[in-house]
Amino acid sequence: MTMRATTAMPSVATAARAQVQVSLRAVDKEFNRTGRGGEAIHALGPIDLELRQGEFFAVVGPSGCGKSTLLELVAGLSTATRGEVAFEGRPIKGRIPDGVGVVFQEDASFPWLSVRDNIAFGLRRMKIDPRERERRIDSALAMMGLTAFAQSYPAQLSGGMRQRVCIARTLVTEPRLILLDEPFGALDQQTRLLMGDEVLNLWRKTGATVFLITHALDEAAMLADRIGVMSARPGRLIDIIETGWSRDRDSRIVQEEAFGAITARLWRSLRSESLKSIGKPEAGP
Amino acid sequence: MRGWGNTLKLVVLLLVVWQLMAWFVGDVALRTPLQTVVFTAKLVATPVFWGHFAETAQAFGMALLLAVAIGLSLGFLLGLNRFASEVLEPLLVAVYSIPKITLYPILLLSFGLGIASKVAFGTIHGVIPITLFTLGAVRAVRPVFIKTGRVMGLGTGHMIATILLPAAMPEIFTGLRVGFSLTLIGTLLGEMFASQRGLGFLLMNAIGLHNVDLIMALTFLLVLFAGSASSLLLYLNRRLYERA
Ligand SMILES: Nc1ncnc2c1ncn2[C@@H]1O[C@H](COP(=O)(O)OP(=O)(O)OP(=O)(O)O)[C@@H](O)[C@H]1O
Ligand SMILES: [Mg+2]
Repeated sequence: MTMRATTAMPSVATAARAQVQVSLRAVDKEFNRTGRGGEAIHALGPIDLELRQGEFFAVVGPSGCGKSTLLELVAGLSTATRGEVAFEGRPIKGRIPDGVGVVFQEDASFPWLSVRDNIAFGLRRMKIDPRERERRIDSALAMMGLTAFAQSYPAQLSGGMRQRVCIARTLVTEPRLILLDEPFGALDQQTRLLMGDEVLNLWRKTGATVFLITHALDEAAMLADRIGVMSARPGRLIDIIETGWSRDRDSRIVQEEAFGAITARLWRSLRSESLKSIGKPEAGP
Repeated sequence: MRGWGNTLKLVVLLLVVWQLMAWFVGDVALRTPLQTVVFTAKLVATPVFWGHFAETAQAFGMALLLAVAIGLSLGFLLGLNRFASEVLEPLLVAVYSIPKITLYPILLLSFGLGIASKVAFGTIHGVIPITLFTLGAVRAVRPVFIKTGRVMGLGTGHMIATILLPAAMPEIFTGLRVGFSLTLIGTLLGEMFASQRGLGFLLMNAIGLHNVDLIMALTFLLVLFAGSASSLLLYLNRRLYERA
């Protein structure tokens, strides 16, 4: 287990000096329209971004601005039309890098496997000792609050629980970079805050870099070291906010003044972009 | 299990209708259920019957094996290849909808009188539904499952075995169920029209000789076999769908 001591990176200040893990340079993504002759859809870019080893980076942006597209580029699931994406110094170019775990926006739990087998699936390609395997599965089950449901099938679970199965399935592989695409979209606000605490715990324990896409501004403000704000499609980064939280934060920081200031700044940056994305450009001042 | 009560009712109803019809039509064309069972018991005690049975079982087994093997591979191949499936799917649907009996002369000419053409006839009945169902099922696998497999570094073989196949299984199984029945029909038709052996030949022969006892007994056996096999497959199929 890559249990880096939490003291190694006690604050954002230290994280800033840490190594760059992911870098995007002048990245654009266009999709060809299915009908022949149609012009391409410019979904994303140009984007320049560096993710530092071990940081918690959140992305917010209006619906359809290219957040999931950005995540797929970093995961190596799709290739940039222009520019370069690199993970740990090596260009990705549509090859799936090792050490990256993804939790998708849609439910990706396998209905034909029990919760336990779903989670074990993450480990099937890894050569690890059976005892270690069981230990990882048990601890992921416990962490996601699924121990009592280990033998259940996804069809018997709620949407939020299925999403937790997917998080656990990614966790057991102990990725160095965890990509989360609106993993709590299906949860109510209270559970969402508590799951946020779990993600913070897991981030602290594993020392992994977390890249979280969310549409909830408060979630981004509470969880991240840095928050990237995206424009309406084609998505570009229009602001990057450093939150300055300490590494051992939890959901109680929502009561702090700084929290209000961060969400307010997020909303200022996003308001006009969100209006654009629903087809209503800003009228007044 | 909820289904059994209804199945029982249906069987009893069928027996009653059968009995009434036997009384009404008379023994020129029908036997009563009891007479049929008695004759069937006598029939299955003869070695001649088992000779024909073995012949049919062998032909059906081979035809089914071929239909499943070809259907699954073709289905996966086409399901994974959008272009090929766009070209070939309409063709398969067209072939599926023509009565296969029209192909029989061609098959007879190519395979001759014997087990090969029976097997071929069984296979062409079963292979198309298996292909079409598999193709549809593979194409309908949710992209997020495939992405999950790719992130985990699965190669094509693992992807098919551990994600595509189980994800598509409920629908593929439906195809296998339909394919099973159609292969059986195809094999028997093959035996009826161009064979000197097998249950299909026996049945055709009995019709020619107007041996009502034998017709009834054979039909009874075939219905019994096809009925129970279908029910079993349907039961398994439902269990698969419960999870999805
Ligand atoms: N495979 C594709 N083919 C064509 N266009 C696509 C494809 N995937 C995404 N797009 C387009 O790219 C744009 C960005 O999509 P994306 O899914 O990245 O948005 P998003 O920010 O994740 O939205 P949401 O918040 O609703 O999840 C959208 O306009 C979408 O229509
Ligand atoms: Mg998205």
